[in-house]
Amino acid sequence: MLFPYLLRFADNGLILSQRLGEWCGHGPVLEEDIALTNVALDLLGHARMWYGYAAEVEGKGHGEDDLAFFRDAGDFHNLLLLEQPNGDFAVTMARQFYFDVWHVELLRALSGSSDVRIRGIAGKAWKEAMYHLERSVDWVIRLGDGTAESHQRMQVAADSLWMYTGEMFEMDEVDKQMLAQGVGVDLAALHGPWRDRVNSVFAAATLTVPAATWMQTGGKSGRHTEKLGYILAEMQHIQRTYPGCTW
Amino acid sequence: MPEWPLWEIFVRSQHGLAHKHAGSLRATDAAMAMKNARDVYTRRNEGTSIWVVRSQDITASDPAAKDELFTSAAGKVYRHPTFFPMPEGVKNI
Repeated sequence: MLFPYLLRFADNGLILSQRLGEWCGHGPVLEEDIALTNVALDLLGHARMWYGYAAEVEGKGHGEDDLAFFRDAGDFHNLLLLEQPNGDFAVTMARQFYFDVWHVELLRALSGSSDVRIRGIAGKAWKEAMYHLERSVDWVIRLGDGTAESHQRMQVAADSLWMYTGEMFEMDEVDKQMLAQGVGVDLAALHGPWRDRVNSVFAAATLTVPAATWMQTGGKSGRHTEKLGYILAEMQHIQRTYPGCTW
Repeated sequence: MPEWPLWEIFVRSQHGLAHKHAGSLRATDAAMAMKNARDVYTRRNEGTSIWVVRSQDITASDPAAKDELFTSAAGKVYRHPTFFPMPEGVKNI
């Protein structure tokens, strides 16, 4: 159970990192281009730590690259939220904000894990996640409380991704077992603090918190939107064509 | 979109005593300039402190006025502390 549990965190980092990397060279301003790819690299760093540990736990002699490049969509366990396309800058920031609030809470909780390796990774990643959150909060407020157009775009973005937020707080079998062993965290308990933060930031941003809706689910168990396939095709094709190639 | 204001960024490095000009960037306000400076100029672990200043708030000397501003000093070598032996152990001069 530990292996799939670790893969979730690793895949979250890798897939969001890959998405953010798509902004490289396309950022709205040079400064933001660099900032977004900085966040992408931070998340890739987290993913590498999670994959490294996951590969050890799996014990089949795989390395982090095997896990990143030689699994198909059905074997990825990232949240559906993170594979959603970048859209405009507001969509990218709404996705980032929803994730960052959760990520900070998650890592804080994981810092109390009974597993010393998980504690170590979570502690390291938490500081960077705090900065990511500071940035995404800032942008949600700037765009929400900005011009008529930026407000409208930010609201549309917040609304359109809302249905992917429920998955972050689901407790499936893997989560329950990990929690029972003291290794994992109670994701359902993160919902309260997450919702409080979303409410307060949206209030400052003059945005309306989206109404309750049907929540999408499936990412954690490998049932993804078709978008993940395109991400993997781009990300994996070099290694699939020339296995083991380095440069 | 109107262009964002330009800011000058000063970074104090790990071992440096003073903030040094690192470059410039664009941001809508000081808070954004600070975040952008962090991402653009300290991502390779260069800094321990950052100052941001609106470029328009800097008054610069006129390059054409170089002669009257600086040539007088150039002829006064006795103003340089080069006539004294430097005591051992004095740093940061």
